[in-house]
Amino acid sequence: MFRTALRNVLAHKARLLMTVLAVMLGVAFVSGTLIYSDTLHNAFRQQSSKGLANVAVGVTDHGSRSDAAEKRPGLSQAQLDKIAALPGADTATGVVSGFAGAADRDGKLIAQGWSNRGGNFFPGEDGQDRRYTFTGGHGPAGPGEIALDRGTADKGGYKVGDKVRVATNRPVKEYTLSGVFTSDQGDVNAGGSLVLFDTRTAQELFLKPGYFESATVTGKPGADQEAMQEAIIPLVSKDATVQTGRQLAADEERNLAESTKTLTQILLGFAGIALFVGVFLISNTFTMLVAQRTKELALMRAVGASRKQITRSILAEAGIVGLIASVIGFALGLGMAAGLSPLMDAMEAQLPSGPLIVGATPVLASLAVGVLITMFAAWLPARRAAKIPPVAAMSSVHATPSVKSLVVRNVIGALVTGAGAATVVGGAALGKDTGRMLIGGGAFLALIGVIILIPLLSRPVIALVRPLLDGVFKVSGKLAGLNSVRNPRRTGATASALAIGLTLVTGLTVLGVTMGRAIDKQTTDVVKADYMVTMANQSSMDKSVIEALAGAKGVTASSPQQFASLEGSDDSFLNAVGVTPGDVERVLNLKVVEGSLSGLARGEIAIDEKAAASKGYRVGQTLDMAFEDGTKTKLTIGGIYGSNEFVSGAMIDTGILSRHTPEPLFYSAYVAMDGGPTAANEQSLVDSLGKNPAIVVMDSNDIRNQFGGIVNQMLNIMYGLLAMALIIAVLGVVNTLAMSVFERQQEIGMLRAIGLARSKVKTMIRLEAVVISVFGAVVGVVLGTFLAWAIGQTVKDQITGYSLVVPWDRIGIFLLLAAVVGVLAAMWPARSAARLNMLSAIKAE
Amino acid sequence: MTTFPHATHRTTTVAARATELSKVYGHGETQVVALDRVSVEFRQGEFTAIMGPSGSGKSTLMHCVAGLDSFSSGSVRIGDTELGTLKDKQLTQLRRDKIGFIFQAFNLLPTLNALENITLPMDIAGRKPDQAWLDKVIEMVGLSGRLKHRPSELSGGQQQRVAVARALASRPEIMFGDEPTGNLDSRSGAEVLGFLRNSVRELGQTVVMVTHDPTAASYADRVIFLADGRVVDEMLHPTADGVLDRMKDFDTKGRTS
Repeated sequence: MFRTALRNVLAHKARLLMTVLAVMLGVAFVSGTLIYSDTLHNAFRQQSSKGLANVAVGVTDHGSRSDAAEKRPGLSQAQLDKIAALPGADTATGVVSGFAGAADRDGKLIAQGWSNRGGNFFPGEDGQDRRYTFTGGHGPAGPGEIALDRGTADKGGYKVGDKVRVATNRPVKEYTLSGVFTSDQGDVNAGGSLVLFDTRTAQELFLKPGYFESATVTGKPGADQEAMQEAIIPLVSKDATVQTGRQLAADEERNLAESTKTLTQILLGFAGIALFVGVFLISNTFTMLVAQRTKELALMRAVGASRKQITRSILAEAGIVGLIASVIGFALGLGMAAGLSPLMDAMEAQLPSGPLIVGATPVLASLAVGVLITMFAAWLPARRAAKIPPVAAMSSVHATPSVKSLVVRNVIGALVTGAGAATVVGGAALGKDTGRMLIGGGAFLALIGVIILIPLLSRPVIALVRPLLDGVFKVSGKLAGLNSVRNPRRTGATASALAIGLTLVTGLTVLGVTMGRAIDKQTTDVVKADYMVTMANQSSMDKSVIEALAGAKGVTASSPQQFASLEGSDDSFLNAVGVTPGDVERVLNLKVVEGSLSGLARGEIAIDEKAAASKGYRVGQTLDMAFEDGTKTKLTIGGIYGSNEFVSGAMIDTGILSRHTPEPLFYSAYVAMDGGPTAANEQSLVDSLGKNPAIVVMDSNDIRNQFGGIVNQMLNIMYGLLAMALIIAVLGVVNTLAMSVFERQQEIGMLRAIGLARSKVKTMIRLEAVVISVFGAVVGVVLGTFLAWAIGQTVKDQITGYSLVVPWDRIGIFLLLAAVVGVLAAMWPARSAARLNMLSAIKAE
Repeated sequence: MTTFPHATHRTTTVAARATELSKVYGHGETQVVALDRVSVEFRQGEFTAIMGPSGSGKSTLMHCVAGLDSFSSGSVRIGDTELGTLKDKQLTQLRRDKIGFIFQAFNLLPTLNALENITLPMDIAGRKPDQAWLDKVIEMVGLSGRLKHRPSELSGGQQQRVAVARALASRPEIMFGDEPTGNLDSRSGAEVLGFLRNSVRELGQTVVMVTHDPTAASYADRVIFLADGRVVDEMLHPTADGVLDRMKDFDTKGRTS
């Protein structure tokens, strides 16, 4: 039986081509993902083990900022000295770090916003910091000196001795480049930028003189890590974390596994979708192969093969095809993984590099997935093959496999779809996390249901466009319309593949655009300011920036958006946003619902509608609250304002809030200017900030683009990942059309004989493809929009100004693309149909 | 519309003519001459049968004259049109407008009903069918009650009757049949042949039919015998027995030579 299967595979090479391609692509995605994540994981691990080599104990102390009595920002110099003096300790290196970015000669940051790091140079007794290897010059020795990693220095064109402008959260300052270094340390090794200051300067910039956020301790030869850990614990504060090098390595390993796991899971999810789509294509192919071989299979039954043997032979055939496709797919995946690293580097993704790791898991997983998926998809056709009666071998008529009624299928499909849709609607009504879970399950059910129902749907839906086809394309259109519903199961399976892809694409698009529009609306509704100012790395700005803005030439009003929280007497927390009283109303559009905001200047607070409603606060009420530094206070509610995403929770004078916050967080500030947004005004702001390259000044368009950009970028990534599923769906359309043309050779030959021109034959096949593709796309678009609506219902309470936006333009593009996909998929089948030799086509039995 | 011009004026105008027609497959050693300088005329309003043993070139002759196949040398004319110089597109148009076809099998589109199948050539051409003519044709082949049926709901004989009606519907200059009764039982076959003869006698059509069945050939006005790619004989007003005798003659000749 196996030999028969092998012969059959060889005999139907062309027929199986699309199946092989589909499985191959899916497997390539799976193996590529697995190999890449192994490679990445390995690179991370190597990097962290390099960084942690020699480390006996690591101490991290985030300080106790809310502890007003002690005010201890971290590990003190005294504590570090005690640790260094321990008998087992060789060196103890104190670490402080934060945001610092070197600017190039044009005043722009050299590295991307968030990859700009600053740290301290901590020389040991020999004058060296073992974390860094200097390739030129020496470590920074005073407040005016810095060292740069080699990559950053090269990019900026800086040499030792040059003056370099460095931006931090403080005003920008010029330093002398004392040295250039390389490092095994994580960020630098991965291509990030690192500015080293001398320890005191770094402490001033990032923490507090005399304090470190962490320390790494190396042991003398033979020193026991655990013993040192025991010895250190009593020397540091209770809040500090003391871990041995081994524990640190294990922790880091775990973190890495977590971080690569998410990426791997997402990619595997998309690979799964691609393979799921492939199932339809494979199933279609085997159904057709079985139909073509009806006589042959009947003959085998007639000469004594059992049903089981027939089933097994078809499955073996599928297994062989799956295996071949998997092997090719694996090789392709290997190439993909190898190509991903340079790609990520080109995108400045800051990932460490390392050798390609090919473990046993990706190999086995790829082969198993490819073979099993193919066999699974061929299972139904194989069972159908086994049901062919032996007598079919004798009958002279063109034996077509009995077309079973679709009634049972339709009933099941309707039930499953109904159950799925009901669950989705129920979930939407319920809202929250439970609702979303229900929607997830319901969506899956509904998708399966629609796939079962799709053959039934094909007739009425396609019937709708038939008049159009008849009218515009005459005979070709009419025949194409009829042909596309001729084999509803096959049309259904082909359309399903596209429908799945389009459901996801549409769902994500509708959600993304809806969210984007809501945020955009918020921005345009609320932000009255001419400019918004933030840090390039999205971190907090220094207080001096806020002050500089207020004093800049042409500024008529300015307010920071300072985030903090207030602790109520009942241990509940209230988000509070520190603003400049008075000015805030000129930079943000705030709707006062009750009371007024004038009391802010007198130390009153204002509450947003949502918070007021949920906590039952009233105007005039006095609240017992505690600031972050622990100071207790009484706050009177002066007004209630409309909820928005910019000032959510409560509003309070930033002056009061800053006094009681050890480390105020100013993520953004809003500025209104005399004369509105003009180039001169923007320049005035930039100048007032000392031309700090780390600070971004955005006008209202930039603000909108920033938020819209994130949505678009995410959508584009999703589109990219879903493209694989769509490519397989297109292969499915090609496959189906090739089958149709092959099966209808005689018909096409006859049509040509009675006068249908080649071009019209082509048109006919193309239209059939377009009809099937667009049908699948329409089903997907409808389902996707429905699911997006449902998910939107569960989040609408959390997003102010939420209203479902159906992006007709994008949906139009999807449908148009589906039509283009149809035309492209039909290219080869249409050509071969038009080229059919009329005579042999008519005569072929 | 009770009389038809062709039926009233029986002329000897030629509907199709092949002159010195040759068709050669392959080259050198493997060269096969399917048609060897065949010259033959098909007169308007005449029912001609082409007969001959397997491999005699009878189907090839019909295919070449009907514009379905290309030929190596010589000339073929349908009416005034020389086929040799036509491009595929023009040939397709010629087949659509001037020629009707009936094949042995796979004649009808399963997705269209009987009437739609009959009017298909006009649909392709984008023309309205001549309703009076169409009614006449449908009535002749006796399909009036089954026009809405799909081919799968019709018997083999009925399907072939639809095919005859389709070939006639566009009122072609000439109709070709390639073993039109080959897949039918004898009664249905006789019916179809009767319709073909009627279409010549009553409707003034011109019919050329390839067959290997002497009984089928006996319905024709004239039988042309082909052997080894050449016209070897012709018989007017044939009878089944006469044709059979002639065929037997070829067989023995074929065996002895």
